[in-house]
Amino acid sequence: MEILIALAIGVLGGSGVWLLLRPRTFQVIVGLSLLSYAVNLFIFSMGKMRTGVAPILQKGEAGSLIFYDDPLPQALVLTAIVIGFATTALFLVVMLASRGLTGTDHVDGRERDQ
Amino acid sequence: MPDDALLLAAIGIPFAGAVAAGLLPTNARNAAAWLASGVTLGCFLLLWVFYPTVSAGGVLRHEIAWMPSLGLNFVVRLDGFAWAFAALVSGIGFLVVLYARYYMSSEDPVPRFFAFLLAFMGSMTGLVLSGNLIQLAFFWELTSLFSFLLIGYWHHTAAAREGARMALTITATGGLALFTGLLIVGHIVGSYDLDIVLDAGDRIREHALYLPALILILLGALTKSAQFPFHFWLPHAMAAPTPVSAYLHSATLVKAGVFLMARLWPVMAGTDAWFWIVGSAGLITLILGAYIAIFQQDLKGLLAYSTISHLGLITLLLGLNSEHAMVAAIFHTLNHATFKASLFMAAGIIDHETGTRDIRRLSGLNRSMPFTGRLAIVAAAAMAGVPLLNGFLSKEMFFAEALEVSVPLPSMHIVLPLAATLASAFSVAYSLRFIHGAFFGPDPTDLPRTPHEPPGWMRFPVEILVLICMAVGMLPAATIGPYLDMAVRSVLGAETPEYSLAVWHGFNQPLLMSLLALAGGVGLYLALQRYLQTGPEGPPLLRNLKGQRIFERALVFLSWRLARTLERLLGTRRLQPQLRLLVGVTLVAALFPLILRGIGPALPRPTPVDPPLVLVWVVGIACAIGAAWQAKFHRLASLIMLGGAGLVTCVTFVWFSAPDLALTQLLVEVVTTVLLLLGVRWLPKRLVDLRLDATGPGIAPRVRRGRDFLLALGAGCGLSALAYAVMMRPFPDSISRHFLERSYNEGGGTNVVNVILVDFRGFDTMGEITVVAVVALTVFALLRRFRPAPDSVDVPEQQRDQTRLDGVQPGSQPDGAVADWLLVPATIMRMLFPVIGVVAVYLLLRGHDMPGGGFVAGLTMSVAIILQYMASGTRWVEDHLRVHPLRWIGMGLLLAGGTGVAAWVFERPFLTSYFAYEELPVIGKVPTASALIFDLGVFSLVFGATVLILIALAHQSIRSHRAAPPPARSLGLAGED
Repeated sequence: MEILIALAIGVLGGSGVWLLLRPRTFQVIVGLSLLSYAVNLFIFSMGKMRTGVAPILQKGEAGSLIFYDDPLPQALVLTAIVIGFATTALFLVVMLASRGLTGTDHVDGRERDQ
Repeated sequence: MPDDALLLAAIGIPFAGAVAAGLLPTNARNAAAWLASGVTLGCFLLLWVFYPTVSAGGVLRHEIAWMPSLGLNFVVRLDGFAWAFAALVSGIGFLVVLYARYYMSSEDPVPRFFAFLLAFMGSMTGLVLSGNLIQLAFFWELTSLFSFLLIGYWHHTAAAREGARMALTITATGGLALFTGLLIVGHIVGSYDLDIVLDAGDRIREHALYLPALILILLGALTKSAQFPFHFWLPHAMAAPTPVSAYLHSATLVKAGVFLMARLWPVMAGTDAWFWIVGSAGLITLILGAYIAIFQQDLKGLLAYSTISHLGLITLLLGLNSEHAMVAAIFHTLNHATFKASLFMAAGIIDHETGTRDIRRLSGLNRSMPFTGRLAIVAAAAMAGVPLLNGFLSKEMFFAEALEVSVPLPSMHIVLPLAATLASAFSVAYSLRFIHGAFFGPDPTDLPRTPHEPPGWMRFPVEILVLICMAVGMLPAATIGPYLDMAVRSVLGAETPEYSLAVWHGFNQPLLMSLLALAGGVGLYLALQRYLQTGPEGPPLLRNLKGQRIFERALVFLSWRLARTLERLLGTRRLQPQLRLLVGVTLVAALFPLILRGIGPALPRPTPVDPPLVLVWVVGIACAIGAAWQAKFHRLASLIMLGGAGLVTCVTFVWFSAPDLALTQLLVEVVTTVLLLLGVRWLPKRLVDLRLDATGPGIAPRVRRGRDFLLALGAGCGLSALAYAVMMRPFPDSISRHFLERSYNEGGGTNVVNVILVDFRGFDTMGEITVVAVVALTVFALLRRFRPAPDSVDVPEQQRDQTRLDGVQPGSQPDGAVADWLLVPATIMRMLFPVIGVVAVYLLLRGHDMPGGGFVAGLTMSVAIILQYMASGTRWVEDHLRVHPLRWIGMGLLLAGGTGVAAWVFERPFLTSYFAYEELPVIGKVPTASALIFDLGVFSLVFGATVLILIALAHQSIRSHRAAPPPARSLGLAGED
């Protein structure tokens, strides 16, 4: 199981980094999204990843890690997902504004000198 | 105890006054002047409350714990020496304020001036009352900062800006050195408390780090006191309004360096290093300043160099390592403050009434302003050291010291008296020049204004100061005696020497030197008179040697040439190389410990793989690679695959028992996809260049791609390996256990993730939603001024086709082709709106105990709105429904913040959540938590922010349809108009 998740994180991250290094803003935004999946999964994997454990406590009970899911990485990732959306939106708008001002969608605001 | 409060008030009142003055309207000239004079006079009078204790040799101390963990306390410490300085600062401060009221033009924003002045006075008072070295360095830097603001007060003139910048650069750099030096002293002593430091003199002087500490501290003191070779900033600071010069360069800023040297004198002085550094800096400055002063054509320039010279004198005295010299230094500090302040004010009056300060143009003012003339003559005579004035007394003491002091080198016994007499003669010459040039000679011609006496109150401060000069000069023991004695005793303690403050000591060597200097000075002036009237600005021999030019060259080199060269060699403005570098460095940084330490203990066998999840991830990996592959030419395809990868991530969350994450991921996936779809419309068309495709890309792009591919591969493999290695390790005992155990008992919720978010880590969440709000507002603001690129302005091809169809089909109406677009889904979506709304509320309410919560609910609700936009179009929705995203955002922040503040009402820390089981008659125990209100705030904010972002972006399509500029109702549905 660990191998699969590690592989998934690697592929998502690698694809993200590849796109991050591309010259077009749209590529970079997709790359950042892929990278954020990878990072979220990575943080999530910092907890004990198990199938079939309960995430929700019984009423009146003090839970323990033996029977319950690790809540901490989840709480971290949950806010990261929402913040990720907000920053993606910001980047998109900056990218559109930059394209409107400079006329190009190159990340530097001007085409590479050939 | 009231003394403690009063001690704090002595520092606090000026700052409070500064804030109050800063808040006054710009034209409130009189109010600001009243306020400032009240504050300064109040501070001055306040000091008299402490006088009885201090004059009896007591030291007032008040400590406030500042950073107790570091042993740092805020200590206000008032002894005789500090008292004398504080009295000088506030007393002359009051006179300067009075003077400034008449000096400042009504066109200047005077409240700002007084605000700076008061803040400066507060910093200066704080400096002299510091009982802790760190605190002293702090106030030291504050004085640099406020003097910068004061010197640059007339910031519309280049001279003021440059003078201020130079003063700040020099004094603040010195301040940094001082800070380092004080840290070393603190390290040697083991405490920053001044009292402890003052008791550790031997330990400091014998320590190996004494010399570095001394040099660093002196760098601070000598830059501040404008000592050679750092003196050149002071004349440039004359671009300040004259009251500022009178204040900064007589009693305060430049005296801070002197104050510091005298303060640390008992523990730092007494060594040869001290003598050579301080003494030679003082000696050179004394002579050089006096020499240059003679040749200044500007009244204030003359006074500036004279100030440098007198500070040199004080520094020299401090450098002599003799208690008698210390007495003379403190005495001269007080004397210099009085006569120099009055002379600056007199120069200001001349400038104010005649319009010029050029000595060559001024002449014969004694007839038009006789009273000012008399005052200036007395003050200048005090500066020259004429008997029966205060300057004479301290100068005599200096002469006596120059003759008697024991010095490490025998030849100094000849050098010192000679230098003292020479400098004194120079001082007589420039004082004569000041008086004779301005007040005597023929009537002035062609002055900008007709000279006349200033308003009585403008002259008043000068009168007071001159009166003090004369009183001290004639009756020293009765006037200044007790205060001087108190100040000296508090510095020297038991080692205070016997000294005499008499006017007449008989006909002795110092008197002879004085007479020589007087005669020499008069002779020098007479000899130089012709040259001075016609000659160029600046002293002969040294005219071309300008410290300021060297300083500027150095600055230009450092901040411009060197920086530019380094930037050209090492920097780039292009993003890609920067990111490449970043990824590369990260890879190396991650590899480094691996190579150094190895992989560690052998990893256990991984757990078996679930085949269904493998299938899911085959799709996910394909989607990720596909998205990366197609992002350049096929944006839509790439976007769909990106969504696919996101959904697979979401499934993974479900798989590993994280329902909250899965819900959030799913909803964010939806809104992100809609967002990017809205954005794609504004990007340029990018078609595969078939021509290029046939030949393939050139060599350079291939190399680039190959390199990037390797980097990406490395990053991917590295991430995989890292994730695998971490997952295979035994898990450490994290704080998760703590959250699990307390979630229900203390937070009242069974959904631990939600309890963490809204309760345990509520403050983090509050920060996060604030970020979301800020981002949404930024997006909104950016889009209000959005100008699409020219080739994206046109209606998209597909819409043009539809419009053309409208015209072709018989009987069709405008927009007819799309009128019934998605009719059935649209109807369903409309009907779904209330259903989704209810689901959102349900998710919100159950969030504490079941998967859900504010984030999820907010996103769900925004999806409901977006669906309506997609189904029915912007116009239809906005005709039927008005969401006010900004209000939702505001309400969310208020609710979340309000829940936090409400905890204060119950005297609990911010954001303490209230939770209790309410005993209801029929239902029984019901948990109620204030966290629910917090979660409601999260919901409201996330909903508002998401909707604001998406709708603002969606609106751009409507805006561009209109040829005319967008009407005021730019975001009608948001209700901003």
